[in-house]
Amino acid sequence: MKLNYLDELEAEAIYIMREVAGQFDKPALLFSGGKDSICLVHLALKAFRPGKLPFPLVHVDTGHNSPEVIEFRDNLVAELGEKLIVRKVEDTIKERNLVDGKGKFPSRNGLQTYTLLDVISEFEFDACIGGARRDEEKARAKERIFSVRDEFGQWDPKKQRPELWSIYNGKVDKGENVRVFPISNWTELDIWNYIKRENIQLPPIYFTHSRECVLTDAGQLMANNEFLTLDDSDVLVTRNVRYRTVGDMTCTAAVESEAYTVDEIIAELKESKISERGATRMDDRVSEAAMEDRKKGGYF
Amino acid sequence: MDLLRFFTAGNVDDGKSTLIGRLLFDSDSISTDIIETLTKQSKTTGIDADIDLALLTDGLRAEREQGITIDVAYKYFSTEKRKFIIADTPGHTQYTRNMFTGASNADLAIILVDARNGITDQTKRHSIISSILGIPHVLVCINKMDLVNYDEAVFNQIEADYNEFAIPLKLNKISFLPASALAGDNVVKSSDKMTWFKGPSLMEFLENVEIIEDTEIKDSRFQVQYVIRPQTEELHDYRGYAGSVLSGSFKKGDAIQIFPSEIISEISKIERNGVEVEEAFASEPIILHLKDNIDVSRGSTIVPFSQLPSTEKEVNATICWMDNSSFKEGQKLLFQQNSFRTKAVLKEIESKIDIHSFKDLESDGTMNLNDFCNVRIKTAETVSFDSFRKNRKTGAFILINENTNSTVAAGVIG
Repeated sequence: MKLNYLDELEAEAIYIMREVAGQFDKPALLFSGGKDSICLVHLALKAFRPGKLPFPLVHVDTGHNSPEVIEFRDNLVAELGEKLIVRKVEDTIKERNLVDGKGKFPSRNGLQTYTLLDVISEFEFDACIGGARRDEEKARAKERIFSVRDEFGQWDPKKQRPELWSIYNGKVDKGENVRVFPISNWTELDIWNYIKRENIQLPPIYFTHSRECVLTDAGQLMANNEFLTLDDSDVLVTRNVRYRTVGDMTCTAAVESEAYTVDEIIAELKESKISERGATRMDDRVSEAAMEDRKKGGYF
Repeated sequence: MDLLRFFTAGNVDDGKSTLIGRLLFDSDSISTDIIETLTKQSKTTGIDADIDLALLTDGLRAEREQGITIDVAYKYFSTEKRKFIIADTPGHTQYTRNMFTGASNADLAIILVDARNGITDQTKRHSIISSILGIPHVLVCINKMDLVNYDEAVFNQIEADYNEFAIPLKLNKISFLPASALAGDNVVKSSDKMTWFKGPSLMEFLENVEIIEDTEIKDSRFQVQYVIRPQTEELHDYRGYAGSVLSGSFKKGDAIQIFPSEIISEISKIERNGVEVEEAFASEPIILHLKDNIDVSRGSTIVPFSQLPSTEKEVNATICWMDNSSFKEGQKLLFQQNSFRTKAVLKEIESKIDIHSFKDLESDGTMNLNDFCNVRIKTAETVSFDSFRKNRKTGAFILINENTNSTVAAGVIG
């Protein structure tokens, strides 16, 4: 009997999470409020209930989140009765005297790496579970499921450990940590099919709604929000939009959509000719190796 | 819909990445923004074709600069029939360990051969690795047929040569396919230039090839990953053993034995997804409960009393040495089989395998990067295992250097 592909992906993810619980002293689950990390929480519950999750949820809050996402996060945590740790990029900027993102769309994507590394050392986390998927980006396509980072959080693509079968080596020295990606082998469509099958609840911004947006030169739609500085030449339009990824409101674009339901989103994705990050992320457009460079610097 | 995992291997210039690029491109699995980026990039690398399809899989800067694949890249696509995971593995000898990584989980190997060159040392190495890893099915894809005028005789000769070479490898199943990845012949659509070939195109082959499943193994195996003990008021006595069924199946009421402790007990309850079930099958993540309150911890193997595994403190295995520093007989390591980890010592390197002829060579007592050796390993605790040929889940292990924490070798138990 061969498992259905979603069962197989689910089984793989649960297996990986249980390896994390079995191998590490102080693991954490990095939670952004996006669909991928919401699926991670759902998988963690399947792996460990009726027990408590053997790790806290950790949110690195850029301060540029949609309020709907923060509300969703707090409700979810309250409902589950699990521990949530929030660390704010805002505070890191003050403590470390960093320069905040500038320009019209001030990104804190680079800055959140500082906060992430700080929270890892504050709690001495030795493993951080993340929702990165290999189909998102081609540097991610190269990363192991157990990705060892040095004490500076850096990924060295030339020194990756061999990773065979489903035998995971999570041995690290004190100060080092492992980033673990249980849904490495899932695609965007797999995530949505799983959300549908499991009836997983999501923040409302994933579904179509009317919103005032700035039309960028590249033709992307950025929700008009308090973090943007507009000038006279900006074109404001009101459109029916939804988000394909949840990220900073300053660098994550919305897409035009009429999809009210998960089924409609799945149908829309099957038709879509634009990749998830291509459609929504301004930060990956900088260069061909943007993601590889960020990972080498400690990004997740 | 099921899932097929396959890997591709070939010489540096066999057009492996191009073949994958072609599969993705012709199956509409590449988004327009990515094609746009690639078109720009292809111009800067100076390759004639409009889009250099190899750029789709070479994800690291160093790979794009050198035009070679260094590490495994995973790519995904699906059709109406199946979801596919491709591990695009490097061909260079110096990156054999990365190839081993990408190949280990595969249901199918696609080995590329350049029609002009026929079978090379690399072809042999990739085939031998597939044999050692017990890959259920090998597809030899004879590529660049456009450069030999789509000549049937060339294809037939390579097929005959390969079959002769492969006799000692005891591969489970071998298929052959002529193609031109660059021109798209026999990749997604059947080629009108090779009407003499009656088999399916690569895509049709992939959609229909039978996946030989580990679930066909009858002996049932389970290993504990994590012990769940909520210790709350209402679940005060709850003690569940979380893990996945490695092979076979387990039923409530089964008489079982636990290793290495050798204690005998009975399954009192099986939970899957929070629901009690009567029976659980291979690959399913479950929580097992035992009738007796006994000491069972992470790494314990649980088997039906009627299907006992081998239990030894010494195993004979074939290993691939993956570390840059060499290793000598008598040195210590950690041995890890799924969630079971124990100290070990390399007792003896019995022989080295010539990776191009599959013959055993005399060993000088050391192993170097990318060496394949037959070894004897002594472990501190008793290992319960099956031969890898019988069970890929319980016959495989890795070796870890206790000092550097690196994974230094992968092995299959003979």
